[in-house]
Amino acid sequence: MEYSKLKKILTISSFFLLIALIYFAPNFLNDYAIRILNLSAIYVILAVSLNLTNGFTGLFSLGHAGFMSIGAYTTALLLMTEKTKIMNFYMYDIWPPLQGITLHLIPSLLMGGTLAAIFAVVIGAPTLKLRGDYLAIATLGFGEIIRVIFTNSHSITNGALGLKGIPGVTNLWWNWGIAALVILIVKNILDSSYGFAFKAIRDDEIAAESMGINIFKYKLMSFVISAFFAGIGGGLLAVLLSTIDPIMFRFVFTYQFLMIVVIGGLGSLTGSVISGIFITIMMEVLRFVEQPMNLGPIAIPGIPGMRMVIYSLILLFVILFYQKGIMGTNEFSWKWIIKKIGLGKFIKKEAAEQ
Amino acid sequence: MTIDAFLQHLANGISLGSLYALIAIGYTMVYGILRLINFAHGEIFMLSTYVALYGVALFTLPWQLAFLLAILITGLMGVLIEKAAYSPLRESPKMSVLISAIGISFFLQNLGLVIFTGRPKTFPRPDFFAKMYDFGGIKIMSLTFVIPIVAAIFLGILVFLVNKTKMGMAMRAVSKDFETARLMGIDVDKVISYTFFIGSALAAVGGIMWGMKFPRIDPLLGLLPGLKCFIAAVVGGIGSITGAVIGGFFLGLGEIMLVAFFPEFSGYRDAFAFVLLIIILLVKPTGIIGEKMTEKV
Repeated sequence: MEYSKLKKILTISSFFLLIALIYFAPNFLNDYAIRILNLSAIYVILAVSLNLTNGFTGLFSLGHAGFMSIGAYTTALLLMTEKTKIMNFYMYDIWPPLQGITLHLIPSLLMGGTLAAIFAVVIGAPTLKLRGDYLAIATLGFGEIIRVIFTNSHSITNGALGLKGIPGVTNLWWNWGIAALVILIVKNILDSSYGFAFKAIRDDEIAAESMGINIFKYKLMSFVISAFFAGIGGGLLAVLLSTIDPIMFRFVFTYQFLMIVVIGGLGSLTGSVISGIFITIMMEVLRFVEQPMNLGPIAIPGIPGMRMVIYSLILLFVILFYQKGIMGTNEFSWKWIIKKIGLGKFIKKEAAEQ
Repeated sequence: MTIDAFLQHLANGISLGSLYALIAIGYTMVYGILRLINFAHGEIFMLSTYVALYGVALFTLPWQLAFLLAILITGLMGVLIEKAAYSPLRESPKMSVLISAIGISFFLQNLGLVIFTGRPKTFPRPDFFAKMYDFGGIKIMSLTFVIPIVAAIFLGILVFLVNKTKMGMAMRAVSKDFETARLMGIDVDKVISYTFFIGSALAAVGGIMWGMKFPRIDPLLGLLPGLKCFIAAVVGGIGSITGAVIGGFFLGLGEIMLVAFFPEFSGYRDAFAFVLLIIILLVKPTGIIGEKMTEKV
């Protein structure tokens, strides 16, 4: 069979397989498992968007939690009905123009993403011209400033009390649909000339500049796109969790996504997707280490917080001994799979023909 | 504002500034030599408070001995962290080292939460530091004077080490040019260990005094001061010890004065450092006294 034809068939059939999986998932999974699946879709979005800057463009951004919080708050405030808003804002009055607005999911998410992107321009324009490490510290700082502002602007964000009762309008379809769309868009960007420019900057900034690539423009572009999707991911997270507060978006939250990206492979979309799903599930599975266990005669007391120790050790282990992560900079391809399962001769033949 | 209140704030600002300066030096020294933001420095600072606390409370050592031991142990921990997490990555891309630094910092925070629990503990404050002095209306604790004096003593020692000893000369050489220093026969790894020891020991001096000034300590204590002190180092001019001291005082005084003069902004106190960072990056990215560092091909 011709490879291109085979590829098309495989892609289409796996697409339908995924749709069937999502369709039938509620039949054989309980609510808890469904929730984890939803969460992994969101983590995939956040990891893919972080990988765009940190993995593909070589920018070390640590402001993801900040952009997420902008998306989360915007989406939450636009989705909530007037009644829920009034119930939430019992300490301080809500800013009047905000009170009456209630939008649907898509415009709310887009609004959240756009606001995050605008902030990315504001923060990126001055710092992207500087040396790399300054971006790390400036984005980190920005994330913290946003958090402090959100804690103190009572009439818009309800301060430290956070927002409760965000309507849970998403489901597996929404989360995975948007995740698929984000992956597709990012993949198309990376395959375009923009993507090549990003990678050129990552590999050697000075060489890229001397080849006539406008470094600043492409860096800013990558940074802004990443922030946009981080905002959308944050919005979806807010809807899934139904409760948000500023403490949630401390910069340590960014580390979790950094961990996912590093473990998946800096500079591999496939890696981010695999590790996004894998780590999210692992995070839940590993909860058992924090619970007391009874192994017959031996009782092991639960150690709260042990989970995160294990995760940070995994991150350290990967970065010290296996820097490539799961995928390195490789991407998923049917060719690779076919070769791995021992059907490579079909492709070889075709390659010889061409 | 009365002159009394102003003096009180000034004393507070100076003592906070000296603490920031002590911690910022660790950042600036490591950055000068490895060009690395040592994200774990805040956690080293946090660990030092716990080591001192356990020395006094658990092993019931006299505070002088406990504090001295805490400074030495923290210094060694800094060396250990460098050996474990940074030295294997000497030839790796810079981003890997930064991620490793974040990993170590993340690990120590979480380990701290497991070992010390998230519940804040009370740091001991020996009587020597807790005497109250009354200056015609201004009440100032002896600690407020002790902090800048101790900071000045340790800064003096540091300046001596860096400028007058052979190891100090090696440190300056490595920070000027890593490769050339190595070619000249300087044992770069030893210099790096030495740098981490000094930086971490100074963070411990800061940490212990921080503990006495703000006696509720918890494992996430190092997060914010750590970041702020890095900012102090950038503001002063990263890589320069004088810069770190200037930046530390600038930040400490600025924070206290912001709250003193504009009480309505007290909620934004923690954002002050970050706003300062953005401003300095826009206006003078090399910091107040920094020299220009160019990227080499």
